[in-house]
Amino acid sequence: MTAPGRSPSPPTPPTPEEFGDPGTLAARLAIKQRAGGIIVPIVTVVLAIVISIAVVAATEHSLHTSLLAFKEIFDGTGLGWIAHPTTNLQTSIAAYNLSQTLLQTSTLILTGLAVAFAFRCGMFNIGGQGQYFVGLIVANWLGVSLAGLSPVPHILIAMVGGTLAAAAYAGIAGVLKATVGAHEVISTIMLNWIAYWVGSWAFGVGGPLQDTSNPTSPVSKQVAPSARLPDFWGNQGFQGVHIGFFIALACVVVFWILINRTTLGYEVRAVGFNPDAAAYGGINVKKNFIRAMAISGAFAGLAGVIDMLGGTTNYQFGQLDIPFSQVGFIGIAVALLGRNTAVGTLLSAFLFGALLYGSFHGLGSSSVIDPQLASNLTYIIQGLIVLFIGADVLILYAWNSRKKLRWRPGKPAGATT
Amino acid sequence: MADDLVLEMRDIRKEFPGVVANDGVSFDVRRGEVHALLGENGAGKSTLMNILYGLYRPDGGEIRLKGKPVSFSSAREAIEAGIGMVHQHFMLIPVMTVAENIVLGTEPVKGGVFLDERAADQRVTEMAKTFRFAVDPDALVEDISVGQQQRVEIMKALYRNADLLILDEPTAVLTPQEASDLFEILRRLQGEGLSIIFISHKLNEVLEIADRITVLRRGRTIETVPREGATEESLARAMVGRDVLLRVEKAEGHPGDVLLEVRDLHVHDDRGIEKVRGVSFDVRAGEIVGIAGVDGNGQTELIDALTGLQKIESGNATIAGRELAHSNARHALDAGMGHIPEDRQRRGLVLEFSIAENIELHDYAKPPVGKFGWLFPSRMIQRARTLIREFDVRGGGPYTPAGGLSGGNQQKLVAAREISRDPKVLIAAQPTRGLDVGAIEYLHRRLVTERDEGRAILLVSLELDEILSLSDRILVIYEGEIVGEHSGEVSEQQIGLEMLGGREKTAA
Repeated sequence: MTAPGRSPSPPTPPTPEEFGDPGTLAARLAIKQRAGGIIVPIVTVVLAIVISIAVVAATEHSLHTSLLAFKEIFDGTGLGWIAHPTTNLQTSIAAYNLSQTLLQTSTLILTGLAVAFAFRCGMFNIGGQGQYFVGLIVANWLGVSLAGLSPVPHILIAMVGGTLAAAAYAGIAGVLKATVGAHEVISTIMLNWIAYWVGSWAFGVGGPLQDTSNPTSPVSKQVAPSARLPDFWGNQGFQGVHIGFFIALACVVVFWILINRTTLGYEVRAVGFNPDAAAYGGINVKKNFIRAMAISGAFAGLAGVIDMLGGTTNYQFGQLDIPFSQVGFIGIAVALLGRNTAVGTLLSAFLFGALLYGSFHGLGSSSVIDPQLASNLTYIIQGLIVLFIGADVLILYAWNSRKKLRWRPGKPAGATT
Repeated sequence: MADDLVLEMRDIRKEFPGVVANDGVSFDVRRGEVHALLGENGAGKSTLMNILYGLYRPDGGEIRLKGKPVSFSSAREAIEAGIGMVHQHFMLIPVMTVAENIVLGTEPVKGGVFLDERAADQRVTEMAKTFRFAVDPDALVEDISVGQQQRVEIMKALYRNADLLILDEPTAVLTPQEASDLFEILRRLQGEGLSIIFISHKLNEVLEIADRITVLRRGRTIETVPREGATEESLARAMVGRDVLLRVEKAEGHPGDVLLEVRDLHVHDDRGIEKVRGVSFDVRAGEIVGIAGVDGNGQTELIDALTGLQKIESGNATIAGRELAHSNARHALDAGMGHIPEDRQRRGLVLEFSIAENIELHDYAKPPVGKFGWLFPSRMIQRARTLIREFDVRGGGPYTPAGGLSGGNQQKLVAAREISRDPKVLIAAQPTRGLDVGAIEYLHRRLVTERDEGRAILLVSLELDEILSLSDRILVIYEGEIVGEHSGEVSEQQIGLEMLGGREKTAA
């Protein structure tokens, strides 16, 4: 997973010297960063978890309680099921938990890819949340209003419709950047609120998409069964794992191909690294801003679509207790930890998915620690991870001096005088 | 040993993973001496100076300052010991005044906390007067010229009582006039008993200013020679390790059809100020036309307009019969324009991209590398291997990030890309800026070869020597207008005068 997105994959293994003469500073840095491609995220995560354990231990005045809390989180993810896939009651709870972790992961893969794609073009898309909402709303509208279609076309139409709508929505920020130079951070934040309030109105009491069988609740209609994504694992009545999981995995592949194997990806990367050089090379930089933003929005929108079409519940805006309402923002941390690469995003989405569901479910349903702390623990870990990612140079430095300390005694001190 | 030695460095060794940057380098500096450190990029000059300045720890060897062994672990310690360093890129704060910049870090204070501006001003003025620096202490750094900024850097070191001054490629950013001003200052400092280490790869400068010259090559000391008896040829041989052709050999040109035609061109810069004011000229196939001028007289805007990177306000430019209508780099490229840009790191290369990816910067979407929107990295690698060999790009293979190459090899990479596209017109802007002798020789020869192949070459350079030795025809640009045109023999003085806008005076 060392930065699959950075260089064309070799047809034959390159010789060591082709990977850069370590003579110059820039080359040495490049080599370190390539090595740091996997070291930094791992050190980051370990550090974040260790510090979180310390935080909980300090709050609860007991290291034992703190460790117990993290065990609860782990159990909450259902990952234990992989080791013991039998069918007694406990393991079936674990299986259910695992399925929920995978669902959470699917959404985060897509919102993470959204942020990563914009980053690769040199833009910071903070609007993943709004684009997710647009995908959610449009998928609900198409899923409800086209009832009567047969499943395959219905699902496809709802999916394509929701994704394109989110792409167009994110494209607004790209157009504003390309034409009047409005910074995408500002415009995507504002677009987030527009999407949020449109959703609140549409799903709210009296809104066009409100569930009419429950006229006093501000929740959405259920999508027609023909638009529902089929489950492939888990309980149909509850929330099984639907094919959205595979759609998300496919998107990881699509992301990798787009970035590394298409001229579009070449343009995106050139603009992201150095827009001046890209323009000199004959690349239309403005067009790339708009296009990359739209593709970024498509990923985030698709996350909303699969949550809507795969979900068994009605949706409501403003429910901060459900982790779904933060997926767009968590996508930023996912992309950062994954270093904006396809495989990196996949792995870090899984980590965040497990953390989110594990601490929400595992800790939330037990009374090991203060529930207030339990519900915020994920955000503490997330914050620490983002903090440490910003300090990757520091981590690399610490990592290297650790090696130096170990090697120095054995190394001859150069020419003798 | 003589006790007038200010600095002795003996058998300095420094290893980086996979490379020995300094391999037993020895070097000393006498009191009141200008000692030049000469070597190609990557020869180990910067490593040696960074060791002296406390930025790197040596793996072996000994440093003695005024007879005492020293080992600095930070630049602060080196400064306290009397070493001052002027980096190639200035470390000044543009929005602060000259005096404020000079005293920064060691400000005179009054009342314990407040900056004593008057005292600062006074001391700086005094110093400026003593050494005749001609800098206004109250001017903002962003408002003064590059040459003056450099003087501020030197004054900063003097203010901290440096008696050993390290100048890293000090003339790289200066105009010829500023460079000779700098040399005068250095001689005055030398007269005051300061010792100066002068890092450079420009042979003529070294011969002009240095008392002794130490040549480094591949991390080793090759020789230390007094200026007397040294010649450009002998130094170049020591630097590169073989005989170097310092003069460009070229046969008489055979100009053909007009390939680049510029008529009454007007171009504005990004702030809307008219920088090119009605320029007209032709460049024919098989000739090199040089544009001489002091930096900032419209050269950048002219090039940008001709390559589609800046809008043409009025007038027109035609490449091989195709008019450049829109500001569109793609349009210019397709018309047959090749462009070696003046800033290879900001514009010529995507430093994070591999060599192979950089080679395709213009043609990534065209077969064989790109087809129907797909990219074929293996074909990219193949093409890169061929061009790396043909253009002798060293220091890496197709996968190496361009940022990992030395300046000379980066420029060869840019040249490889532009020339391999078989352009009709080739614009070379400052093609040898910051390069060492070997790379300069290569690029000059290559430009002459390409001229003989029948390309029209427009050479824009701030180095008058380069213009004079390469061009078949010379245009002089001053404040956005062509003020002189010469073919055949012309003196450096004549062009120098025109560059400063003095055509009328000489004509009269």
